[in-house]
Amino acid sequence: MTDDLKDSISILMEPRKSDDNTPLGIKIEDMTFGYDENNILENVNLEITEPGLVCILGPNGVGKTTIVKCINKLLKPRGGRVFVNGTDVSSMGLLDVAKILAFVPNSQQSVFSMTVPEAILMGRHPRAGWTTSERDIKVVDAAIDLLGLQEFSTRDIRQLSAGQTQRVLIARGLVQEPDILILDEPTSNLDVKYQMDVMRFLKAYARDRRIIVLMVCHDLNITAAYADRVILMYGKGVFADGKPAEVLTAGNIKTVYHVNAEVSDFNGIPQVHLIPEYD
Amino acid sequence: MNGDTSPVKSDFRTEYRKLTAKRIGFIITCVIACLLLSLFAATIGSYPITPGEVFDSILDAILGREPSDITIYHIVVNLRMPAIVASLVCGFGLAISGVCMQSMLKNPLADPYTMGISSGAGFGAALAMIIGFELIAGTGVVVNAFIFSLLPAMVVLFLSKFRNATPTMMILCGIALMYLFNAATQLFMLIADPEDLSAVYRWMIGSVDGTDMGEASIVLIVVILGTIYVQYMSNQLNLMGLGDESAKTLGVDVERKRLILLIAVTIVAATVVSFTGIIGFIGLVAPHMVRAIIGTDNRYLIPASGFFGAFLLLVSHLVAITIVSPLILPVGVITSCIGGPLFLYLILRNSKEVWA
Repeated sequence: MTDDLKDSISILMEPRKSDDNTPLGIKIEDMTFGYDENNILENVNLEITEPGLVCILGPNGVGKTTIVKCINKLLKPRGGRVFVNGTDVSSMGLLDVAKILAFVPNSQQSVFSMTVPEAILMGRHPRAGWTTSERDIKVVDAAIDLLGLQEFSTRDIRQLSAGQTQRVLIARGLVQEPDILILDEPTSNLDVKYQMDVMRFLKAYARDRRIIVLMVCHDLNITAAYADRVILMYGKGVFADGKPAEVLTAGNIKTVYHVNAEVSDFNGIPQVHLIPEYD
Repeated sequence: MNGDTSPVKSDFRTEYRKLTAKRIGFIITCVIACLLLSLFAATIGSYPITPGEVFDSILDAILGREPSDITIYHIVVNLRMPAIVASLVCGFGLAISGVCMQSMLKNPLADPYTMGISSGAGFGAALAMIIGFELIAGTGVVVNAFIFSLLPAMVVLFLSKFRNATPTMMILCGIALMYLFNAATQLFMLIADPEDLSAVYRWMIGSVDGTDMGEASIVLIVVILGTIYVQYMSNQLNLMGLGDESAKTLGVDVERKRLILLIAVTIVAATVVSFTGIIGFIGLVAPHMVRAIIGTDNRYLIPASGFFGAFLLLVSHLVAITIVSPLILPVGVITSCIGGPLFLYLILRNSKEVWA
């Protein structure tokens, strides 16, 4: 990377400002969520206070996306409480939540045309006023540089591929300059190289800015390689929680995913080998 | 995560400055075009008046001076200007209603017509004209039209409040109510005597002629208040266009803000329609045309669409008073004649660039 680019992106990599001594973290107490008669999550307790890349894993329909949507107020839990930076989210307005939490959805469809920088600029809303300031533009430029979106900068977002759109959505999350960045399967449409690039970047981003990056993922090996902490969900709650090597064991994978696996060690990183079954 | 593949530094700053200059330039051009066209429009008519005389008469009226030629003053200020002002104000009001409805409902087809506002007004007017039913006795067509035009919006609001209606459900509901009110109006028209039928028919087409300055002023005040509010909300309207979930995570209380905005733009559109009758296409076409030129940022799109809508309706008014002169056509005929082909052209030319 050239010095010019390093200079440009530095604005987004500055450590989180904790001058008001706000405690960093997410705390979920006895949270229950469900639709109709069925509870998807029951009495979930979870605390994330250390900066770093935290990945949520689990089979389809287990409530991974549900739990993050309860954290950022997109969904309202039936019971229990959720705290963000020490404040109960139910007592916070959406704008207050957006000043702390950025959410990167898995995909997004736009009806009207919008260029890539304009779409990223939307992420400034919680921090900006009615007008667009010089700093807003500088931050958008930095995010474009960081995610390597320069060549698409005049493109309409509706003309981008799913993978390119995901990178734009990540950029939009970054310009919110959040204390906690939540991503819902941000690498699902990316090829292997970009998956690894995004994971490497998110890990460095969490470390350098000293913030929490919480993401919902599917890929066990990519998670194992980059996550600082893994939360494995199963049976209406958290099944296992800890460092990748502690959570991603053959026994846990068998219980949660119902597949046989062998786990080996590669330079201290667990490597999951799924054992195929044939009819 | 930037690799060596695209080492060029992003330069949104320059792009943004250019885009902002283009947007402001477009708005200023529209304002100037409206002013010049207004001066020109006031010279058109059976009595020949020069642009200089028009200018003098308007200055006399504004400054409260004694006019040098009372006939010219009367024709310009009392006969021609009310229709010109009404064209500008109503065009502006319809266009900003359209642009807001499209953004907040994320639907390129949303406008005062498809939201049922116009047909509600038509029904209210028909009630007053054909069976003489007036909600407030002695107030005539205007109050009936206004109150009935609010009804479809109230149903839509009720739906979204108690049934968690999505934007698509809201617009489908608007269309359903539009058909319902149109059918009821047609039923009344079937039993109307020819004189009433003709009056209702003329009203349904929409016209700015016969508007007096007092009526135009009422519309002007409502349009100004509505514009201030939607302009203040334009940032949040931008986010609503991203979808409810994204807008919420960026700090917008979507459901609540959408309801308030819908009430505001419905009142604007209802006020316009109750004084002029149903003028189609301005609310639909003006926002789309402007979007194709200056993009989707509502902070600029709202005023730009407003002034462009004003310009379009004034052009239509000019055509309406000249095309079969000395006969004056209702302006609604012209907006539909111009709006239909224009919309078709936009769909064929810009469909991929402006909307999905």
